[in-house]
Amino acid sequence: MVVKTLTGNYAVAYAVKLARVNVVSAYPITPQTTIVEKLSEMIEKGELNARMIRVESEHSALAAVYGAASAGARAFTATSSHGLLYMHEVVWWAAGSRIPLVMAVVTRAIGPPWNIHVDHQDILDQRDSGWIIAVAQENQEVLDLTLQAFKISEDPRVYLPMMVGLDGFILSHTTAPVDIPDQELVDSWLPPRRQPYIIAPESEVVMGNIAPDEDHFMMRYSMAASMEAAKKVIEEVDREYGEIFGRSYGGLVECYKCEDAEYFVVIMGSWAGDAKKAVDTLREQNVPVGVVRIRFVRPWPREKLLEILSGAKGVLVFDRAVSMGSTGILFSEVAQTLYPLNISLKGLVAGLAGVDVGPSRIEAEILKFIKQTEEGAIYTPTEWILPEKYAGRYPSSPKEVIAK
Amino acid sequence: MNVNSKPVLEEPKTVFFAPISHPSPGSVGKTGTWRTHKPVVDLDKCTGCLICWLYCPEDTIIRLENDKVSIDYEYCKGCGICAHQCPFDAIQMVPEG
Repeated sequence: MVVKTLTGNYAVAYAVKLARVNVVSAYPITPQTTIVEKLSEMIEKGELNARMIRVESEHSALAAVYGAASAGARAFTATSSHGLLYMHEVVWWAAGSRIPLVMAVVTRAIGPPWNIHVDHQDILDQRDSGWIIAVAQENQEVLDLTLQAFKISEDPRVYLPMMVGLDGFILSHTTAPVDIPDQELVDSWLPPRRQPYIIAPESEVVMGNIAPDEDHFMMRYSMAASMEAAKKVIEEVDREYGEIFGRSYGGLVECYKCEDAEYFVVIMGSWAGDAKKAVDTLREQNVPVGVVRIRFVRPWPREKLLEILSGAKGVLVFDRAVSMGSTGILFSEVAQTLYPLNISLKGLVAGLAGVDVGPSRIEAEILKFIKQTEEGAIYTPTEWILPEKYAGRYPSSPKEVIAK
Repeated sequence: MNVNSKPVLEEPKTVFFAPISHPSPGSVGKTGTWRTHKPVVDLDKCTGCLICWLYCPEDTIIRLENDKVSIDYEYCKGCGICAHQCPFDAIQMVPEG
């Protein structure tokens, strides 16, 4: 084990190297580029025995590793924002083909207007595709999740590709000390690549041709079953990783000061750190609040959330992505999960395009929500925390704009 | 040395419908019944250039030992590409029935 100060992007690259991938494809996009840049350097220096494929677009970047993976290679690529949207068709091909594959997504806003800062609109746009989708909070977790992604994706109970999300710039370009596990230990923990079929010149297998409607239907059904199975695999991998490498994160969700909490913040990504800081301050004032950090959006941790939140008085969801014409994306997921419970529920859309929301603002929103709930349970699907520059000039609910 | 370079085939452990197939002749039935016109080869005109054999999208041109050709009528769908491509007018499309 060795500790280095690494950016989130370099943490991804070190994990990919430890996983001994065979093929990397690369197409640059901010803020992803330094991942494949670092991997290219590792390959050039002979530290990683892999083939680097430079492609002409992100559509090809994913197609290249999807093809390599179908042929039996452990393969990896990375992207962000518009690059991910350009890949979208191949995202579905890879999942539907049941080909294990790992991709890092450095989360970034989608234009127009052009913007390179963090929100979760890009990665959540892939929500329904059949990829396992996880989002990290900090750089150490980025490395650990990327490494675990290979094991989860290649598990015969799963056989689905996996995306590892890390927040643009806040993680991707910020350095922090990161424990890099020993190669020998990783080799003994991560088995050789497994997959359900291999497409090679000598194998008489055709993938993706037209199938009867009923068989197409059942392929969707079998993906849903594997997503359910993945929940158990994710928890298992998190546990055994903890035993071997000393770090566990709680599997599908991380609970922070949940034990005796009555109110909960549900949040995902790097700003969960701000939420934890807000909770620390409120705990000093004996406010019974905890943080539930969503680590895996897919499979959605329904059972675990019901277990954690069943005794809650209120749940406040922070969303860094919105479904236009509806609510924040995490909010709709949380709301359908908590339907059997009769608790106060509120969704906040904030932090889009990297607009900063610090611990003090989160603290204030928690206190406001508790006060509202104490006057009677509320159900507020969507309110927006407007940037300081515009706050006060516009109502916090887009609905009120119409009312005026 | 890359220790993980050899992938392992392992059966999925959940309900599994893979989007793959193993192609074999006639896996969707005898497509010869789809034909409205059938290609008929005039072996006197055929020079053995094999243009039709290259162009047939269904692999139903049978290459004979002298490189002249005959048709596999069990699977030929009667698309007529062979007749269209033949530079020697050696294939005629004849109505079925």
